[in-house]
Amino acid sequence: MDKRMILGGLLIALSLAVFVSPFASSWPDGLEKVAEDKDFIDLAEVQPLVSSPIPDYAWPGIKDERLATSVAGLVGTLIICGLGLSLGYLLSAKNKR
Amino acid sequence: MHIPDGFLAPQVFGSLWAVGVGGLALALKKTKEILKDKAVPLMGVTAAFIFAAQMLNFPILGGTSGHLLGGVLAAVLLGPYAGTIVISLVLIVQCLIFQDGGLTALGANIFNMAFLGAMGGYFIYRLFRKKTGLIISVGLASWFSVVVASFACAIELAISGTSALSIVIPAMVGIHMLIGIGEAIITCLVINFVLRVRPDLIYK
Repeated sequence: MDKRMILGGLLIALSLAVFVSPFASSWPDGLEKVAEDKDFIDLAEVQPLVSSPIPDYAWPGIKDERLATSVAGLVGTLIICGLGLSLGYLLSAKNKR
Repeated sequence: MHIPDGFLAPQVFGSLWAVGVGGLALALKKTKEILKDKAVPLMGVTAAFIFAAQMLNFPILGGTSGHLLGGVLAAVLLGPYAGTIVISLVLIVQCLIFQDGGLTALGANIFNMAFLGAMGGYFIYRLFRKKTGLIISVGLASWFSVVVASFACAIELAISGTSALSIVIPAMVGIHMLIGIGEAIITCLVINFVLRVRPDLIYK
């Protein structure tokens, strides 16, 4: 039953990340919009402290924007699921005894 | 409302990094004491779902978009501590891998969206649940969690000297009162779905 739940839930998450995210609104989010309107968005134009492998949810090197977003979403969702499961496993280890 | 590098002054992001590390240590300790085996797969699936749902920006009035933050969703399924950890995990991965939210501002983002969003949201959910029933309390808590997080974010920006308090508070809270409606609708739909297929997954 739990295997079915993991697979079902993960499948829903992956479908959203792969098929829906390329069509998400590209308007600025609440904070970005306020920063634009109130003239402090330029402050964010600093070199990021770490360079991220997949900046802005677009897989580098894929020219098609929607495909780049899909691939980034797919990989990100799998990474997060793996980390969440591992962390949960580690944290519950004590209660197994 | 992932704060990027450059918006917060060092004393503000430094303090919130300290609060973030301290709070996460506490949440990890608490989770270790109470996490049940059956909640482990739910942690992975909830984290994956919230990450994916955060990519789905929905349009709001005036050329602005919003997306699910997921604090109340995570806490209703996993409890306040594991819920906080899941949201923090999402924020850490978004910052390090997707450049969404600055590394300097990570403590602030964890404070706003995980501590206030999941833990604070859970508190509001429990406050209302007996009086209003589960779904309405989920909706109220979701809305409040977004508005409270945006209020905290505005105060952090003001203390940093990024924008004046009298300007940034109404601007941030105003727009997030609308985004919070989206948060409430999505969270209620998902919890309603869980109640239909696996009601046992709701955290007791």
